[in-house]
Amino acid sequence: MNTQDTRRPSGKKLSLKEKYAQMTRGLGWDTTYEPMDKVFDQLGLEGIKIHDWDKWEDPFRLTMDAYWKYQAEKERKLYAVLDAFQQNNGHLNISDARYVNTLKLFFTGITPAEYNAHRLFSMLGRQFPGPGAAIACQMQAVDELRHVQTQIHCISQYNKYFNGLHDHTVMNDRLWYLSVPKSFFEDAISSGPFEQIIAISFALEYLLTNLVFMPFMSGAAYNGDMATVTFGFSSQSDEARHMTLGLECIKFVLEQDPGNAAIIQRYLDKWFWRGYKVLGLVSMMLDYMLPKKVMSWKEAWDIYFVQNGGSLFNDLSRYGLRMPKYWEQSVAEAEHLSHQTWNAFYNFSGAAAFHVWLPSDEDMAWLAEKYPNTFDQHYRPRIEHYRKLQAEGKRYYNPSLPMLCQTCQTPLIFTEMDDPTRTSHRQLEHDGDTYHFCSDGCRDIFAGQPDKYVSAWLPAHQILQGNCVEPGAEAAGDPGADALRYFHVVAGQDNLDYEGSPDEANWLRWKGLDKMPPAAAA
Amino acid sequence: MTSIQSTVFMALQTNDDTRPIIEALQRDNPDAVVHRLPAMVKIDAPGRLVLKRSTVEEILGTDWDLQSINLNLISLSGNVDESEDEMILHWNR
Amino acid sequence: MSVEIRVASIDPIRQTFARTARRFGADKPASRYQEASFDLQPRDNFHYRPVWDPQRDIYDRRRTAIEMRDWDDFRDPRQYYYATYVLNRARMQEAAEKNFEFVDRHGLMATLNAGQVQDIETLLLPLRHLEWAANLNNCFISAYCFGSPMAQGAIYTTTDRLGIAQYLSRIGLLIDGNSGQSLADAKARWLDDPAWQPLRRLTERSLVQKDWFEIFFAQNLVLDGLIHPLLYAPFHSGVGDAGGAYLAMLTEFIKDWSADNQKWVDACLKIAAAESPVNRARLSAWTTAWKAQALDALAPLAQRAAHLDGPERLAAASRALDQRIAKLGFDAA
Repeated sequence: MNTQDTRRPSGKKLSLKEKYAQMTRGLGWDTTYEPMDKVFDQLGLEGIKIHDWDKWEDPFRLTMDAYWKYQAEKERKLYAVLDAFQQNNGHLNISDARYVNTLKLFFTGITPAEYNAHRLFSMLGRQFPGPGAAIACQMQAVDELRHVQTQIHCISQYNKYFNGLHDHTVMNDRLWYLSVPKSFFEDAISSGPFEQIIAISFALEYLLTNLVFMPFMSGAAYNGDMATVTFGFSSQSDEARHMTLGLECIKFVLEQDPGNAAIIQRYLDKWFWRGYKVLGLVSMMLDYMLPKKVMSWKEAWDIYFVQNGGSLFNDLSRYGLRMPKYWEQSVAEAEHLSHQTWNAFYNFSGAAAFHVWLPSDEDMAWLAEKYPNTFDQHYRPRIEHYRKLQAEGKRYYNPSLPMLCQTCQTPLIFTEMDDPTRTSHRQLEHDGDTYHFCSDGCRDIFAGQPDKYVSAWLPAHQILQGNCVEPGAEAAGDPGADALRYFHVVAGQDNLDYEGSPDEANWLRWKGLDKMPPAAAA
Repeated sequence: MTSIQSTVFMALQTNDDTRPIIEALQRDNPDAVVHRLPAMVKIDAPGRLVLKRSTVEEILGTDWDLQSINLNLISLSGNVDESEDEMILHWNR
Repeated sequence: MSVEIRVASIDPIRQTFARTARRFGADKPASRYQEASFDLQPRDNFHYRPVWDPQRDIYDRRRTAIEMRDWDDFRDPRQYYYATYVLNRARMQEAAEKNFEFVDRHGLMATLNAGQVQDIETLLLPLRHLEWAANLNNCFISAYCFGSPMAQGAIYTTTDRLGIAQYLSRIGLLIDGNSGQSLADAKARWLDDPAWQPLRRLTERSLVQKDWFEIFFAQNLVLDGLIHPLLYAPFHSGVGDAGGAYLAMLTEFIKDWSADNQKWVDACLKIAAAESPVNRARLSAWTTAWKAQALDALAPLAQRAAHLDGPERLAAASRALDQRIAKLGFDAA
C-alpha cells in the first residue's frame, strides 16, 4: 500500500462499464462476524441456487449522480405539464367524460399496485447479496414510489371534478373487483425473493406491462388527456430499465444452476396466468371504455404478447424454457375477453366505483370490424337486448353476488372457448372443502400451493358473512348497502350508468351542452 | 414459437429530442420499420437494432450523451447492450 | 388549449382525496407533499401470509417494539416527495460534479502530501463499505416498516447512501489514477485491518437485526452521529492545510447531505419519543446498548486519527449525541 506507487492523477479514462463496476461492484463483502445466510436470510426459501453473484450483468449502468440528474429532468418536464394542465382546466379537453372511467379503474387498481411494487423492490434491494442486483432493485423501489406519486398528482385534478377517484387506497383494499389486482400483488409480495422478482420484473414488467401502458397511454393521447399521457410516458421511461432488469435476472438465475430452470418454469407458468387474468380489466378499457379507440385488445395481445413474447421465449428456449402453460388459450380467448368482462361490469355496476354504458352503433361497428369471428354472433345480440330493456325502463342488473375464482378472484363470468354459452367453471377438493375456479390455469395454481390460496380474502364470501361493514358504523342490515359504504363507494354518485350520473350532468354543464336538445348533446 | 420472426423494438416519445434518434436508427438499421402512433414512435427491427451515438451527433451537430435516451424511452424489447458509444438491442446474445 | 370565459363557473366538486381530507381535517386544497405521502400503504384484508414471515401480515405493526397509534405520523420536515427529493439531490450532485471535475482537470490531487493521501486511504475510503451497510439498513426499513411516510424517507436515504459510497469511490479513483487499487486496498482494510474490525463487527451486527426501528436508531442516529464528526468532518475542514481545501470540495456533498438527513432522522425520533413513555423507555434502552458498542468500535479509529484529534473528536461527538438525544426527548446512556 505504498501511496507513491498508486498515485497516478489524471490516469486512464474509464469506460462507462468500468466506471460503474469500480464505483459499485466492490461495495459488498462476505460477512464473517455474522454468517452470510443470516445477513441475507431469505435466499434459501425457494431452492434456487446461486453460486456467484459477481456474474450478474448490470443492464443499465446508472450511478446515483446520473440517476438524480436524469430523473430530475424528467420531473421538471412532467410537473410543468401538470401545472399547465391544472391552471388551464385541462380536464375539459378530453374527448368525453366517459373517458375518465378508464382513469378510475387505473387509479384504484394500478396505482395501489405500484405502491406494493415500491415496497416489494425495497425488500429485494435488501435481500439480494450482490450489489449489482440489489442496486437495480433499489432504483426500481424508488422509481415505483415515483409512479405512485406522479399518478396521484396527475389524478389530483380529475379528482376535483369527477367522482370515483376520491378514495383509491381504501377502495383497493376493499372493493370486490379490485381484489383481482390486490391479490395478484399480495401473492407476489408474500413469496420468496426469486419468485417476487420473476413475478413482477419478468412476468409482469417484461411480458405484460406493455399491454397496459402502450395502448392505454396512446389511448390517453388520442382522447385528449395530456396529463395522463405525460405521466404515463414518463413512468414508462423508467419501465424500460425495469423490463431489462427482469430479463437480466431470469438469465442470471438460469445460468447459475441447471436445477433452477424447473423452478423458474413453474413460476412463469403461474405468473403468466396470474398476470393475464388481471389484464382482463385492461381489455375492456381498450375495447369498451375509450371513447376514441386506439387498438383492440386482440391486436394489442397479438403485438405485445404473441409476437413480442414469442421472440422472448425463442431466446429463452436454449435454457430449456418453454412458453407459459395455457398461452394458446389466452390467444383463443382474446376474441371474447373484453366482451365478457364488460358485460359483467354492466350487470354488476351497482357495486362499482365507475360508470358503465352500452356501446353506440358506431362503437359496435368498430367492435364488429375488430372481432369478425365473435362480436356479431355472440355479443351484439346481447347488447341490443340490453338496449331494448333500457328503452323500456327495465335496465337489467344482476342482484346476486357472483361466485369468485379462488385463485385470481375474478367472478366466474367467462365461458368455455369452444362453447360461448357454457360458463367455464372448475372445482377442486382440498381438506374436505370444494374450491371453485374460473379456468384450468387458476385451478393448477391453487393445486400447487393450496395452503396459500385457501386463506384468500374473497369479497363475495366476506359480504355474505357480514364482514364488510364500515368500522365504527352501525350495520344497516342490508348487506348490499353496508358493503357499498364499506367500499367507500357513494351510492348514486360513483356507481351505476354514466347516463344520468352526476359526472354526466357536470360535464354537460361545463361544456355548455346541457342547454342543447338531447340529440345534439349526445 | 419458432415460426415467429424474433423482433426487437424501441418505443420513444414523439418530441424534438427523439427526432434525431429516430433518424439515426433509420440510418443505421435499414431493415427497421417505423410506426408513428399517437404521442409515440415505435421502431421494430428483425433480430437486432443499434443506436449509435456518433450518428445522433452527426445529425445534431453537437455532443450527445447516450444515457440521455433514458429521458424519452418508453419501452423496448430484446437484450440490452449499452456502452457510451452505442446501445444495441438483440436476441440471442 | 381553449380557455374560455365560462371556465370561471367551473367549480371543483371536492378539493382533495378523502384520505388527505381525513388526515388533515377538512376537504381543503392540499399540498403535493400531503397528497403523495400519507396513507398509501395497504391496511385491510391481506390475502396471504408471507413465506418470509409466516407469523405476520405483509405489512405488520409488530415488526418493531416501538408502538404508534398512527404510523403515518412520521412527517418529514423537508416535505420530500419524489420530485422534490430528486430535484434537491440533482442540485447537490451538479455542485459535486463541478468540484470533482475541477479537481481532476487541474490535477489537484497531486498537490496533496503523502500524509493527506494516507488519511484518505486509511480513514476515508473504507467508509464506502460502511455506507453500503447503511444503504442496506435503510432499504430494510423501507421494506419492512409500517406506513408510507417512513418507507418514503427510508428509500431516499437508501439511495443517498449509495450515492455517498459512489462519491467515496470516485475520490479513490482520483488518487489511484482510475486503477481501482485504492478501492481494493480500502476493502482489504475494511476486511482485515485491526483498527477497522470492531466497526465492521458492529456493522455486521446491525445487518442481522430484525426490529426496523432499532436499525433506524443504530444506523441513522448512533453510528452516523458518531462517525460523521469523527471520520468525515476532518476532511470537510481541510486536512493539513495545503490541498486540504480540495478534500473539502470532494466531501462537500457528504457534509450537506448529513445536515439534510439529520432533520428527517431527528423528526422521526422526536415523534416516536413523544408518543408514549413506553417508547421513550425503549429508545433509552437502545441508546444504552448501541452507543456504548459504537464508542468501543470507533475507539481504535479515533486512535488511528490521533493526528487529527481523533480521540477528542470522538469524545466531543459522544457529548453532542447525548445533547441531541436529550432534545429528542429520551435519555442518553
